[in-house]
Amino acid sequence: MLGAGARDVLGAIVPVILAGALPIDSTGKSERVQSTIAGVDRAIAGLPSHAQAELHDLFALLAFAPSRWLLAGMRQPWRESSAVDVAAFLQQWRMSGWALKQQAYLALHELVFAAFYADPASWPAIGYPGPPRLD
Amino acid sequence: MFADPIAEGLARGWKVVDASRVSGNVDLDADVAIVGTGAGGGVTAEILSAAGLSVVMLEEGPLKSSRDFHMREAEAYPQLYQESAARKTLDKAITILQGRCVGGSTTVNWTSTFRTPSTTLAYWQREFGLEGLSDDLLLPWFEMMERRLSVASWAVTPNANNALLQSGAARLGITTGVIRRNVRGCLNLGYCGMGCPTNAKQSMLVTTVPAALDRGATLVTRARVERVVARGGRVVQLEAVGLDAQGTRAGRAGLLVRARHYVLAAGAIGSPAILLRSGVPDPWRRVGTRTFLHPTVVSAAIFPERVNGYAGAPQSLYSDHFLDSVPVDGPIGFKLEAAPLHPVLFGMTLPGFGVHHAEMMREFACAQVTLALLRDGFHPDSTGGNVGLRRDGSPVLAYPFTAFVWAGVRRALLAIAEIQFAAGARKVYPVHERAEGYTSWRAAQAGIARLPLEPLLARVVSAHVMGGCGMGTDRRGGVVDARGRHFGAENLSVHDGSVFPTSIGANPQLSIYAIAARNASLLAQELTGRPVPAIA
Repeated sequence: MLGAGARDVLGAIVPVILAGALPIDSTGKSERVQSTIAGVDRAIAGLPSHAQAELHDLFALLAFAPSRWLLAGMRQPWRESSAVDVAAFLQQWRMSGWALKQQAYLALHELVFAAFYADPASWPAIGYPGPPRLD
Repeated sequence: MFADPIAEGLARGWKVVDASRVSGNVDLDADVAIVGTGAGGGVTAEILSAAGLSVVMLEEGPLKSSRDFHMREAEAYPQLYQESAARKTLDKAITILQGRCVGGSTTVNWTSTFRTPSTTLAYWQREFGLEGLSDDLLLPWFEMMERRLSVASWAVTPNANNALLQSGAARLGITTGVIRRNVRGCLNLGYCGMGCPTNAKQSMLVTTVPAALDRGATLVTRARVERVVARGGRVVQLEAVGLDAQGTRAGRAGLLVRARHYVLAAGAIGSPAILLRSGVPDPWRRVGTRTFLHPTVVSAAIFPERVNGYAGAPQSLYSDHFLDSVPVDGPIGFKLEAAPLHPVLFGMTLPGFGVHHAEMMREFACAQVTLALLRDGFHPDSTGGNVGLRRDGSPVLAYPFTAFVWAGVRRALLAIAEIQFAAGARKVYPVHERAEGYTSWRAAQAGIARLPLEPLLARVVSAHVMGGCGMGTDRRGGVVDARGRHFGAENLSVHDGSVFPTSIGANPQLSIYAIAARNASLLAQELTGRPVPAIA
């Protein structure tokens, strides 16, 4: 369901949102980023139409260079953006007094952390043993 | 392994239709059509079936059972909750948790059971003229439903997540109580919110709905009721669409249901939405108004030792101190409870991102979470929210906060922080975008006093949606009367939490069970001309 533009956006945002929680080795990190993006894709597919439409619009806005620059302050294409710039944009949206930006930031926050922490691979680092076995 | 009462019932020949697997038109006839199989719908279905009436139940969600409950958030939230547990108010400032499955919110709630507080009933009598709904009148219904659902005080040692709430409160002279739970043979696992995998939780899914099905009721799942059609003050039919397997889009089935009587039990937000889509006369525009949430604020505290908040009965202790120490119509009061911690919910709830968020997540096993549920609806500055419809007909709740409600948020965050430090927390995070972790009560007190209280900054959630079809004495004052009968259509009732004229001031499931049981019994007596057998 996620188009190429959305994947570019998430490819840049996910590693920054999850900084500090991802594996240090580049293969492991890349795998977890990709599986998180896949998780986001699955989650969006399970949302009602109105929510899917809003997220589609958000990703379209972020993927389109003029609005990417105007609203997120990101001059470079997502694939070439620096983690520092991405973090600054996320923090700016988080702290802006503009409801639309805050809502968008919170939507990205929710989607990415839900997908990441739904994955049992993230549980050992937080000390969660997983659900009990019922035999 | 654990017996699966749903699988067994289906094998015995229950009449269950999954509308996502049907194409074309389906016509159904029954004495009573019930929309929703949650707290109100389940009770209504069992009582009407026990009285010998033919019943069709229509449920928007899927029929899932213990064999489907794997205690995984990734599965539970999309399968069992409205909008994948991500339903929001219009301004996206409040996250709403409601069930969407057979059993409704009772399939995914945390089993906490409280009778309607006397102060609430007294307020309803005074302010809404609901004299009939007294403690005495409801007592036999509370007792019947407590028997039916095995409600008992939780006798097992509280888990640390709850015990710390109690110990901190005790050090400050704040009384706590033991929570009663609707469980039988509970193994103290802590996964109630993902569907009980052992069927210990006595939800509608394993009690009233099976009882109705055993008596010949029909259940249609994955069917969204679009509207009721009323002519001349009577509902003549109900129209529903089958959904796709995921439940996000219309499928290929159209359903028409005709009955002598129609009961809406789609919950707050859901029942008002059906009425709004139906165009049933609403001259005072009451439908959808006065929708309440027990707006809930959250504080996570980190302790020196492991708390393991993911294990053990999620809620076993509570405090009503901050409800009982103020008049019900005074400054907004709040109930304190613990909340279970699971990775996805915890990860989504904690603010921020990057290294800072990752560091907080690594404290997961040492974290204790306390909630404050604000008692909304008892003051002119706390009139709740309004349900409206989007262009596609789906409902959305608009719930702006007044300064009165925000003042309660601040008091609640302060109260919780003080208790968490008194219990020995080394760091307390009131969940707010601008709040840091505070390492002392003094720092928290100063910091919380300065927090900007605005939508989208303070994290607010709700697991108790109430109102929108409030009870009143006439059409001007309400949508239904004290028996749940709609003022605008003589064969239309509402039996769910949407009938509450205010919030309850306690976890609402037992209030819904009792009022629905009473009103379903009255309805059955009227339709059959005979007294109704008790179901417990």
